[in-house]
Amino acid sequence: MFDLSPAEIEAVLLSLKVSLWAVGVSLPLGIATAWLLARLEFPGKTLLDALIHVPLVVPPVVVGYLLLLLLGRNGYLGGWMYETFGITVAFSWQGAAVAAAVMAFPLMVRAIRLSIEAIDTRLEQAAHTLGARPIDVFFSITLPLTGSGIVVGVILAFARALGEFGATITFVSAIPGETTTLPVSLYTLSQIPGEESGAIRLVVLSLIVAFGAMFAAEIIARRVRKRIAGS
Amino acid sequence: MSLSVDIRKNLGAFTVDARFDCASGISALFGKSGAGKTSIVQMMAGLIRPQNGRIEIGGETVFDSAKNIDIPVHQRRVGYVFQDARLFPHMSVRRNLDYGRRRRGDETGSSPAFDDVIDVLGIGTLLDRRTHLLSGGERQRVAIGRALLSAPRILLMDEPLASLDAGRKAEIIPFIARIQDQFRLPIVYVSHSVDEVLQLADTMVLLADGGVAAVGPVEDVMNRPDLVRITGTGDAGTVIPARVTDTDAEFGIATLTFAGGDFRVPAAGLETGRRLRLRVRARDVSLALTKPEDVSVLNIFEGTVTSVSNSDRPQTDVSIDVGGAIIWSQITRKSLSELEIAPGKKVFAMVKAVAIDDPVAHP
Repeated sequence: MFDLSPAEIEAVLLSLKVSLWAVGVSLPLGIATAWLLARLEFPGKTLLDALIHVPLVVPPVVVGYLLLLLLGRNGYLGGWMYETFGITVAFSWQGAAVAAAVMAFPLMVRAIRLSIEAIDTRLEQAAHTLGARPIDVFFSITLPLTGSGIVVGVILAFARALGEFGATITFVSAIPGETTTLPVSLYTLSQIPGEESGAIRLVVLSLIVAFGAMFAAEIIARRVRKRIAGS
Repeated sequence: MSLSVDIRKNLGAFTVDARFDCASGISALFGKSGAGKTSIVQMMAGLIRPQNGRIEIGGETVFDSAKNIDIPVHQRRVGYVFQDARLFPHMSVRRNLDYGRRRRGDETGSSPAFDDVIDVLGIGTLLDRRTHLLSGGERQRVAIGRALLSAPRILLMDEPLASLDAGRKAEIIPFIARIQDQFRLPIVYVSHSVDEVLQLADTMVLLADGGVAAVGPVEDVMNRPDLVRITGTGDAGTVIPARVTDTDAEFGIATLTFAGGDFRVPAAGLETGRRLRLRVRARDVSLALTKPEDVSVLNIFEGTVTSVSNSDRPQTDVSIDVGGAIIWSQITRKSLSELEIAPGKKVFAMVKAVAIDDPVAHP
């Protein structure tokens, strides 16, 4: 059962790669967005908030289709990028990461935002009086105290990215070795008659990867919480 | 080092309109809650912005609305000790102490030595502790140390003892006095407690309804009858600086010399030479026209009536000058009229020794 085929190993590694990139690249943007929504009042704030939450409420297929319209090789942004820089994310693993990042973004922002809102801003005031510039206060006080929120946000986003299917298959299709993450491979196999045992193997594999990832995340989360105990 | 404040700000419910200067030493910003004390120190630190006015700290203008000067908080070099300590929960005591020192103390080179601060505040054994394990008094001492080590030109203390119980308060007060002694840093001490002000402050800025009602040496402000409504804590009385000149162990009596003579009060454990402030309550002082003989009262002083307050109550307050010190006496209007007491009249003021039960130490 656990003598994995090269295709299966590839699917696992691809899933992990796509999810790690999706979370890693969107994290700084997620922190910035969360801070913006938690701390600043600006025109269009409600609109931005709604926009970020769109992936939570519409079917993933809709998000995938919108990404295709926007970032596809003939898309509004994608066409320009292809003509200007000769790069495209369409039908590549990078595209799968983009789809996963967009789907996971609201969960990440939400967790980090709640954590920033819970910070006692009077601590930041105290840091200012001790000679710290605003950017310094952000990195020495705000960010460390947001730690547990960031960990939770990353875990949620990573879990969401691992399970991403609808937006991915719509945006980047199922190209063997390029966009066949675990869920996409499973779907492909399930469409072929007589491949039930292969599908089952992928189901079990998915569960193992998911449990493993969540277990590792929980250990990290505990460490972070311990480090900022007392808050 | 001097401090000059002249600011206005509308805060919705009331308006702060304050103007005062402080020299070195400890200046108390004193007033009832809602008088605008905290708003004023926050404006000095740059945490809130006055609508207009001017603030000068140690010769540098840190705010001037007319000249468009508004130095940001982190460049003002103002140490701020908050009522709630505000230690950073994700750092050890040592890293809290280092926070301001790393950012400002080192670059200005004028930060007091780390070891001196640790010594004075007695926090050497706490350095590696997490902040949430500290007691209230320890937290406040660490907060004071953290502010001191950021090389401030002035230390603002916003009711640093208000959230502590009486025992902890008594524990912290000597530390604050020692800071002033050792580091020669001007301190602005916000408080609504007369006791704290008497124990610590040299100068008193009396605030009421966002404005400054009086500024001056603590005794002068406390002893102004027209300010009793604001300074009063229920029992009107005057503050008299004195020094312990003799102690009588047999009877447990200490002799406290002040400008107008010697007070003899029951006090154990006072060492000779110590400076004190006595609070003499008006209701504990009675008057006589001739020197009373064969009475139990130990403290009888000859003085001259300086003023008599107008009162439509049965009691009235008489102010007596005893060799330069002011003592108030609360007597009935009936006595006032029978003894024909009026400004300029010679009287004998009698203060029961047991009435002065708790002389306040003044460093």
